[in-house]
Amino acid sequence: MSQAPIPTLPFGRRVSRWFGRNLIRIYAVFGFTYLFIPVIYTFGFSFNDAGKSNLTWRGFTLNNWKNPCGAPDVCSALGNSIKIGLLATVTATILGTLIAFALGRHRFRGRSATNLLIFLPMATPEVVLGASLLAMFLAFRINPGFWPTVIAHVMFCISFVVVTVKARIASLDPRLEQAAMDLYANERETFRRVTLPLVMPGIAGAALLAFSLSFDDFIITNFNSGTLVTFPKFVYVSAARGIPAQANVIGSSMFFLALIIVIAGQLVNRKKVR
Amino acid sequence: MAYLQSMATRASTFSGKKGRLPYLLLAPGLFWLFTFFVLPIINLAGTSTQTPVVGGDTGQYVQTFRFANYVDAFNASREQFARSFIYATLATLLALAIAYPLAYAIAFRSGKYKNLLLVLVIAPFFTSFLLRTVAWKQILGESGFVVPALRALHIIGANATLTASALAVVTGMTYNFLPFMTLPLYASLERIDPRTLEASNDLYANAFTTFRKVTFPLSMPGVVAGTLLTFIPAAGDYVNAAILGNPNTTMLGNVIDSRFFRIVDYPTAAALSFMLMASILVLVTLYIRKSGTDELV
Repeated sequence: MSQAPIPTLPFGRRVSRWFGRNLIRIYAVFGFTYLFIPVIYTFGFSFNDAGKSNLTWRGFTLNNWKNPCGAPDVCSALGNSIKIGLLATVTATILGTLIAFALGRHRFRGRSATNLLIFLPMATPEVVLGASLLAMFLAFRINPGFWPTVIAHVMFCISFVVVTVKARIASLDPRLEQAAMDLYANERETFRRVTLPLVMPGIAGAALLAFSLSFDDFIITNFNSGTLVTFPKFVYVSAARGIPAQANVIGSSMFFLALIIVIAGQLVNRKKVR
Repeated sequence: MAYLQSMATRASTFSGKKGRLPYLLLAPGLFWLFTFFVLPIINLAGTSTQTPVVGGDTGQYVQTFRFANYVDAFNASREQFARSFIYATLATLLALAIAYPLAYAIAFRSGKYKNLLLVLVIAPFFTSFLLRTVAWKQILGESGFVVPALRALHIIGANATLTASALAVVTGMTYNFLPFMTLPLYASLERIDPRTLEASNDLYANAFTTFRKVTFPLSMPGVVAGTLLTFIPAAGDYVNAAILGNPNTTMLGNVIDSRFFRIVDYPTAAALSFMLMASILVLVTLYIRKSGTDELV
């Protein structure tokens, strides 16, 4: 940007320039504050000496962090969510990555129909996805519970995996694969030693996305899980009488864990680029 | 030229593989989507025209192709229908107003902190969606600090509350769907070549004109993607309405949920689900046509 001789500008222009340069930053500070208020609140109240109902501040304690499973059912709900999340993530990541390679690397008939089938679940409200799947399970006399929930999670995660991995495949420089071919690598070797490692960050990102979608899902889970309690269901049910502070401990831990994973991933990437 | 050549080589390298391979890659995933997405939707269409078995138990229905179910369902929950679309539209516009400057700041004004800020935008969403919504309820509720402060400053009346209102539901939705707006906006703003903005400046456009005639039109794909990704889940949401609202702010999702679980009225729930899905699809199609982007799929 060229620097104009500022002092010669009229006052009005100078003010508008300052705003043009800094208003957006001020706004961004407000934006981030807004984003973080509930997170800070959740973190803060994880130290509340609250007993069963964590509605008002009653003093600082570390007990909730020392004993995160102290409240009844918190940890079994968390365990269910993690199990469902891992199973759904692995399955959806594999199925979605295969589709992404088919779409990103091949020409075939029925391509636009495939694209539509990938897009539709993302354009359908969760309440419809959940209700329709439950209605079908009931029609086949399958009781809602653990496996129906896993099936449902895989279903809504696949599309997001496909979109994420496909974007990564599309951004690859085709010359890298050509170079491998020029160096007498056959198709299989090129795929294994060049294409796949290059697409890997996309697959990892997709898996992370799938896990967080699955872990955080409430609506579809609520329809298909029957009496099984997942972590979001636990929070929803106990919201009326106040959520135990241990739930805040778990929520905050998830936040820090995810932050560490993302930052570590970026550092690894940066090292590789250098 | 080099680019064209590389495209040609690429085409011959990869698209030559016509055979069965792509279908083998597609088969497992598409089978899953067909069995657990398409079939249930078809089944739901069937359920929506059923009627109760005469003399049967609650929850027993028989297919009679009664399409009047749709009319009945619509008439019974007109208000919730309207609310779903009004709240979702308001939340989408608010999210756009909040997310655009945020995405702009990250894309153009953050220098070496770009990646860090991007992580910070997503980070709050690693704390459970429900925990954050409940946190808002408590922050804005009677025991929080906001209401007493506003009362003391006489900004709101002594008996006024912030929770259990339409305002709380809309702000809750705005907050919860914000990353779906911010990320696509950032992605399209980040792709803008800064030289186009300099060129506009050199041609004596002021900052506002540059934004209106260059930046905003170039960010349109992000605006379209972001508004869709916010509007669709917002229109079907019922968690915000259930936690932050009151009985007069229920949305279509709440009705579908209670028809399904509390009243065991599957046909009405199915008919409402179908109408919700159809109206969203129609709106989305019109919107994509009008804004002229196909980049989504």
